[in-house]
Order: sequence, then structure tokens, then C-alpha cells
Amino acid sequence: MSGGAPKPAVLAPAFLADALRIARKDLLIEFRTRSAFMAATVFAVLSVVIFRFTWDPTAIPAFDLAPGVLWVIFTFSGLLGLNRSFGLELSDRAYDGLLASQVSRESIFVGKVLANLAFVSGVQALALPAVALFFDLHVGSAWGVLIGIVLCASLGLAAVGTLFAAIASNTRLAELLLPMMTLPFFVPLVIPAAQTSAYILRGQPLEDAMPWFKLLLAFDLVFVTACIVVFPYTIEE
Amino acid sequence: MATSAATITAPGKLPEAKPIDGFLAISIVAVLAVCVRAIWFTPVDAMLGAAQKIFYVHVPSAIAGLYVACGLLAVSSILYLWLKDERLDRLAEASAEVGLLFMGIVLVTGPIWARTSWGTWWVWEARITSTLFLWLLVLGYLVLRGAVESPENRARLSAVMGSLAALLVPFIHLTVKLFRGMHPGPVVLKPEKPSLPPEMLTTFLMAIVAFMLLFFALLRVRMRWAALRDARTAMEAA
Repeated sequence: MSGGAPKPAVLAPAFLADALRIARKDLLIEFRTRSAFMAATVFAVLSVVIFRFTWDPTAIPAFDLAPGVLWVIFTFSGLLGLNRSFGLELSDRAYDGLLASQVSRESIFVGKVLANLAFVSGVQALALPAVALFFDLHVGSAWGVLIGIVLCASLGLAAVGTLFAAIASNTRLAELLLPMMTLPFFVPLVIPAAQTSAYILRGQPLEDAMPWFKLLLAFDLVFVTACIVVFPYTIEE
Repeated sequence: MATSAATITAPGKLPEAKPIDGFLAISIVAVLAVCVRAIWFTPVDAMLGAAQKIFYVHVPSAIAGLYVACGLLAVSSILYLWLKDERLDRLAEASAEVGLLFMGIVLVTGPIWARTSWGTWWVWEARITSTLFLWLLVLGYLVLRGAVESPENRARLSAVMGSLAALLVPFIHLTVKLFRGMHPGPVVLKPEKPSLPPEMLTTFLMAIVAFMLLFFALLRVRMRWAALRDARTAMEAA
């Protein structure tokens, strides 16, 4: 809390400062152990290599295959990180301490989303060049647009995933349940993202993929808001 | 639904089980009667042949499972987060489970019909794909319910998922709609005039009534079962 102000943390600067502090805490833990990040990155690169061998490269051109592979990898490697997001709060009942602090529930959620977004983007920063390398993609000047699409989709993925990670951490089969609950929610995120990146990789301008890209942005807008609103309900009073 | 409230207000005593549920029995007879009418007393479609009779099961199940059940699930989940009434939670639980059954009927009868009229068991078409995703979503919801032990937690967490699912459905539909579809559009609720001949239309409307009766009968039985379970849990805890 900034300066021990008596007001609750609903003011924007305090809200964001709290969120950033939570994100920093999570990222610091991850940076010191690097366990989940290593697992997710190795998983992503391994998947790229395995996927490359499952298709006949002479039958399907690489730029038709790559978007699908890219998004399957991003989704599953993202899930590896999301599981850990609330899992690390369970030991020593750290979560209770976090809830007892003056930080608002919404700030906790936004902080966790930011940390997960950084995590997912970090994995993607390594997986995206790996896909480009192994699939021999010629992205050229479209790198900026592609990274923009990836970030837009990652935001939605992190928000929805963080909310369900919070729900799953309350259950008996947390790791098993998370994919079951989140994957249907990722459908309107992953399909538009894969379609938009397919247009870009084929060398077409973003305008051609506008219906898909708009859907992606609408998903982000609706679900980031909705997840912030419902997150306090995942916490036991 | 009034009975389920009554079971909770009398602690220490569980209501007696009834051997036959009248409403359920009537609805099963109604569904069987509609099947008889559809098979023997409704003309065979000139274009699609006898396979068209699946229509009288497929479409009413879709209306009950996709629109009514999912609608009830969404509304009761959102209302639960607001009112915290455990009857709303039981309504959500029951509509998810009964809805899963009816959606299952849609997903089984659909491919059988598709094989005879389109020549293929499965097509990745907008409405079919939406139904499949919705079915998986409700399945995930029920698995979540099964994985939470405390009744209060279970109700709250599943209501969060139910409310978000209500927002998700339009997105799934838009996504799969951007792929082009070959599923026929509505044949009854069209702005001009229903394109079904009158005999078929009568059977179809009767089928909708019968399947709705069955849906609500099963919903009522399932809600009553949930009320009994909750009452028993409360008794054991006391």
C-alpha cells in the first residue's frame, strides 16, 4: 500500500502498484527457481520438433501447418505455467496471508495475470523463433504484427487461465481439472489467433484477417473484464 | 421445486421416497406416443426418406438441451452469485446434468442422420461444432462440481464457471460461424411460413411438447435428489 493511506485500494495508482508488486513477487519466485519456465520452454521446443516429424513436409506447406502448431504449443505450455500460479500460494497457507493483507482482491488477480502474461510471453519469445526456424518460415517484415497478435491472445489466455487456476487450486484434482475447464474457453481465442497468424504467415495484410482479429480483441475485452469481476467469488469468505 | 425447499426446512428428517414419479411417468408415455406417431402416422419425407424421422427426436432434444438447459444453467449460475440461494445451485446442477443428456442425444442422432442425408458421419460445421464444444464445456463444469468437496465452495466455484460459460457461448458460436456451414437453417420459426407440411408440423410440435415434459420431469427428479443429498449432508454434519 502506498504511504499507508486509510482508503481501500480502489484508486488506480494504488491498485496498479499493488498488482505490480504481486506480479513482481511471483516472477521473482519463478526467476529464482526457474522450474516451471524451464519445463514449459523445453516442452514447447520438444513439441515443435515432434510436430515437424508427424506431417509429410511435401504434402502440406509449412506456412499452413505452422499456425496450428504454434497455437497448440502456446496453449499447452501456458497451462504448465498457470497451474503453478496459485499452487505456489498453497504451501504454508501463503494465500491466506495474501488475502489478509490490505491488497484488494482485484489487485491480486491483476497481479497474477501480469505475472502469467510475462511467463507465457517469455515461453513464446523462445518458441516463436524455434517454430520459425524448424518450419523454415519467412516472416520478414511481419514480425511486429505477429508479435502483436501473440500478445493479444496471450492476454486473454493469461486472464482466463489465471481465473481457472484459482478455481482449480480449491479442488482435489487441480492439475487434471485445469485443462478440462480452460480448453473450451480457449477455443474462441486460439482459433482466431491461429487464423490471424495464418494470414500473416501467408504474406497477406492484417486487413484480410480483420474479422478474426476483431473477435480476438473482443474476447480480450470481455473476458479480462469479466474475470476481474468474478475473481473475488473464487475466494472463500 | 417447492418440495425441494420443504425437504431442507425440516432438519433431522428426510422425506419418504416415492416409488413412481407421476410427472416422469406421464412424460415418458408422451415421448413414446410421439415416437409411435412419428414412425407410423406421419408421412415419409419425399427427399430425405425414412431417416428424416430422426428430426422428431434430434430437434426437440436440441431445443431442450441447448437452449433451455444451457439457458437455465447460465441464469441460475449468475443469480446464485448474487442471491446465494442453494436452490439456484441445485437448479444449475440439475440443468447441467439433464442438459448433457439431451445434448448427448443431439450428438448421437445428428451423425446418424448426417450419414444418410449428407453421406458423412461428421462435418465441422458451425452448429455441430458449437454443440460439441458446449457439450465439452458442460462436461468440464460437472467434473469441477465433482472435484470440490464442501457444498458451499462447490456452489460458488461452479457458479463462477457457469457465469463465464454464459459469456463464452456467443464467442464460440461466432468463431465456428466464421467457418462456413452446411447445416440447414430453421424450418419452423421462419419469418415467412413454416416449410413443413401440416402433418409433419403437428408431429414436430407434439414432439417438442413431449421432450420438454421429459426434460422438466428429469430436472425435477434430479433437483429433488440433490435436495435429499444436501439434507443428508447437513444431517450428518449436525
